[in-house]
Amino acid sequence: MSERLSVLKTYKLFVGGKFPRSESGRVYEVTDAKGTWLANAPLASRKDARDAVVAARKAFGGWSGATAYNRGQILYRVAEMLEGRRGQFVHEVADAEGLSKSKAGLQVDAAIDRWVWYAGWSDKTAQIAGSANPVAGPYFNLSAPEPTGVVALLAPQDSSFLGLVSVIAPAIVTGNTTVVVAAEAAPLPALSLAEVLATSDLPGGVVNVLSGRTAELAAPLAAHQDVNAIDLAGAGADAELATELEKAAADNLKRVLRPQPVDWPATPGTARLLAFLETKTVWHPMGA
Amino acid sequence: MPVFEYAPAPESRAVVDIAPSYGMFIDGEFAEAGDGKVFKTLSPSSEEVLSEVAQAGVEDVDRAVKAARKAFETWSALPGSERAKYLFRIARIIQERSRELAVLESLDNGKPIRESRDADLPLVAAHFFYYAGWADKLAYAGYGPDPKPLGVAGQIIPWNFPLLMLAWKIAPALACGNTVVLKPAETTPLSALFFADICRQAGLPKGVVNIVTGDGSTGAELVAHPGIDKVAFTGSTEVGKAIARTVAGTKKKVTLELGGKAANIVFDDAPIDQAVEGIVGGIFFNQGHVCCAGSRLLVQESVQDELLDALKRRMSTLRVGDPLDKNTGIGAINSAEQLARIRALADAGEAEGAERWAPQCELPSSGYWFAPTLFTGVTQAHRIAREEIFGPVLSVLTFRTPEEAVAKANNTPYGLSAGIWTEKGSRILWMANKLRAGVVWSNTFNKFDPASPFGGYKESGYGREGGRHGLEAYLDV
Repeated sequence: MSERLSVLKTYKLFVGGKFPRSESGRVYEVTDAKGTWLANAPLASRKDARDAVVAARKAFGGWSGATAYNRGQILYRVAEMLEGRRGQFVHEVADAEGLSKSKAGLQVDAAIDRWVWYAGWSDKTAQIAGSANPVAGPYFNLSAPEPTGVVALLAPQDSSFLGLVSVIAPAIVTGNTTVVVAAEAAPLPALSLAEVLATSDLPGGVVNVLSGRTAELAAPLAAHQDVNAIDLAGAGADAELATELEKAAADNLKRVLRPQPVDWPATPGTARLLAFLETKTVWHPMGA
Repeated sequence: MPVFEYAPAPESRAVVDIAPSYGMFIDGEFAEAGDGKVFKTLSPSSEEVLSEVAQAGVEDVDRAVKAARKAFETWSALPGSERAKYLFRIARIIQERSRELAVLESLDNGKPIRESRDADLPLVAAHFFYYAGWADKLAYAGYGPDPKPLGVAGQIIPWNFPLLMLAWKIAPALACGNTVVLKPAETTPLSALFFADICRQAGLPKGVVNIVTGDGSTGAELVAHPGIDKVAFTGSTEVGKAIARTVAGTKKKVTLELGGKAANIVFDDAPIDQAVEGIVGGIFFNQGHVCCAGSRLLVQESVQDELLDALKRRMSTLRVGDPLDKNTGIGAINSAEQLARIRALADAGEAEGAERWAPQCELPSSGYWFAPTLFTGVTQAHRIAREEIFGPVLSVLTFRTPEEAVAKANNTPYGLSAGIWTEKGSRILWMANKLRAGVVWSNTFNKFDPASPFGGYKESGYGREGGRHGLEAYLDV
């Protein structure tokens, strides 16, 4: 009896809740840590990046307008769905990062737990980042955080899944929508995460996932006039690129999160959570 | 009914003694520029030269940064409770000298004494009081149990509220343990130099506050100086973008308070008289030289005629003239350059088809003046609806539904402030939620307080000043 031939997966981009191929028709070879071919991933183009921004902008009103309770439920749902497909992600992370199954398992477990951790933040950020302001006059005065808008995330290159989740979850839990550029050499866990997100009640367009050359995709995103913020984590190894992107981002005064070394398994703290928020202060006279 | 004319009610200039020339303030001493360069500062209401001020060059900026660096070691090591006491002292001295400072500010800036006396100076003192109290309570601010200062802050402030912007920048910086090099605007350097004297009176250690005077080139040197850890800028969006490019790839932390094109939205159920006062205050306060000015009036179509009639009637009572007269409502435009910009944009409004209206008012023959002006028939495509004019020019647009009001209000790259006028509470909360702006004034406008965070969305810049939020800009978080 011959051995069964396995069914290979065609990996696709994730834009606006759909799974298109790159409009450029391009792919690139993704290999494991030893150089063995794993799959052909879409090599996304500048046009794909722009389409993803359009999808993210379209999704912003609904997602930022959803209740914090609802957003928290959906992030928790992502954790539930991931738990069910744990084996697949352990396999992909092990291949991508050259880890043993048990070490990859720890990464995946930490990533699932991170969704749970951030799910709980949805209805607490306003309480830790907002304030009632005792102004010197008969006014009601309240400050509350709001999402900054469309955020471009360059996923870290050194952690294909835990690092990826650690930049997506804090950006979306507060109501931002995102365009994510997956780790260039290890995009498969990100493309598979998209399948999980698509079945987790997350509205289409809240997370858009692109695979390809980080530098090629980051340039139009950093320069895009309808992107409000950019996380440069994935450009960290290339200081010159990070500087160029920050300069381009100045053109519409994007909020920039500069790259810095991060210990991904450690508890993240609130820095990434608060980096993509604006503070809105509302005044109203008081009187009978 | 008989009409009673106003009698002149001038505030005395005698309370302020302006020297013929000033150096900058570095390491506790007033000093000339290394190359001896100076520039003149004049009174925009009379074009009289008030004084000559040092034009700081590269080496002067470098000396100031080094002085601040040296002072940082001891200042940041002081217990917060001691830093607090210095700030409380400064606040008290500002209160004591507030009449002198108000007259000085009106002379150098052109703003009415009514505003410098009743708005600017009380807020300046209040900012130092507010942040003085934070200096020994930083552990409770929500930035961790032991937040650290950043180091040396390079601060650049505009000419519209010279002393108030200084207070917004210096008070939180010092409270957090930073030292500063501040550059006031080229056209309004005097109150910052008087503030240097207040630091001296308060016994503030040398080098903690340094003031370098000069133009944009001095500011650019300061931003680019490798010895500063933090840049704080209030001014135009264009310069803000240039600063963001300059600091790219560095570790410098940046906050930017930039331009705005605020919508002041009036619904048909708004109390008309109060709304008219709010509209007038929103755009004509400080000659419209306010980044959060309500420069786009969005009025619901059904009350447009009634509101505009009331608004024009009210505008006809505005008194334009001598800033030192206590009955003056609108003072001088700050500079010839700014006057030219306002004129150019107003002319563009007419050329593009909007209808211009201004009340009958006689403008003084010397100095820089612009009558309070209203444009009707403005569309969203007009330059006067898109560009920040930074002058007493109001553009009127209309809407029919709340959704349309929100869409038009948000149709701008800016996002600093907005106003809502309606008696309906649920509509206020709904609108406040939908507006993409950092400050939303409902049934009021242009209110400021040191306890209240201020700052913009989108191209109005990043970071907040004021309140607990304002501390973040000066802490390593």
